[in-house]
Amino acid sequence: MTVTIRYFAWVRERTGRAEETVDLPAEVRTVSDLVGWLRARGPGYEAAFAAGRVVRVAIDRSHVKGDPPISGAREIAFFPPVTGG
Amino acid sequence: MTVRVEEAAFEIGHELSRLKAAAAARGLGEIGAFVTFTGTVRGDDGTSDGRAPIVAMTLEHYPGMTEAELARVEAAACARWPLSASLVVHRHGRLLPGDDIVLVITASRHRDAAFDAARFLMDFLKTSAPFWKRIERADGTSEWVEAKAADDLALARWTAAGKEDGSPG
Repeated sequence: MTVTIRYFAWVRERTGRAEETVDLPAEVRTVSDLVGWLRARGPGYEAAFAAGRVVRVAIDRSHVKGDPPISGAREIAFFPPVTGG
Repeated sequence: MTVRVEEAAFEIGHELSRLKAAAAARGLGEIGAFVTFTGTVRGDDGTSDGRAPIVAMTLEHYPGMTEAELARVEAAACARWPLSASLVVHRHGRLLPGDDIVLVITASRHRDAAFDAARFLMDFLKTSAPFWKRIERADGTSEWVEAKAADDLALARWTAAGKEDGSPG
């Protein structure tokens, strides 16, 4: 599955990129699978998703909670808790 | 019922006049209350705990999702209160202390709905609209602002009321 991954704020700073398009192996089925797969990509990713860090997730521009499946997603975003307003 | 996300500064009087004119053009003569809320950049954050004052703040956002979230929050407010008109304008980019960040205007027949809806809009957008603030201090350091537990508590006010209206969050 090909999907665009986007990163914002300090998640973006740690991964070192704002977005990328990746080909996911079939066994990456849920958000937590994806996080595990991304963490293995390098120390920047490992730092972004390190235990204890609160990272929020949006699938196709809608907030998601828990560990939903990602099948069919076109765009998945990772970011810190929001601080607008 | 409009949301805008932009870098440019807004002018509150101009936005209010425009909203009133649009309402009048639709024959909405029943409006008896307009409430406006403006959020601005504080310059004194941190000075109380000995840290250098804030000299600037940069707001990053998620284009596309930001507009969708603001529209969703606005729709939830409209479903909950009898609003005749509403406007949400949120800025992004680099702002200085005293600069306006966010504008909410609500209009209704009576003031209670306009006041409540304005507060609801602010409480929900603070916890769901994908914006992130990075502050710069006078000593040259900068850091991302952390989300506040107080914002989640503010949100709880609206869910504790037991409304099942499809509110965001």
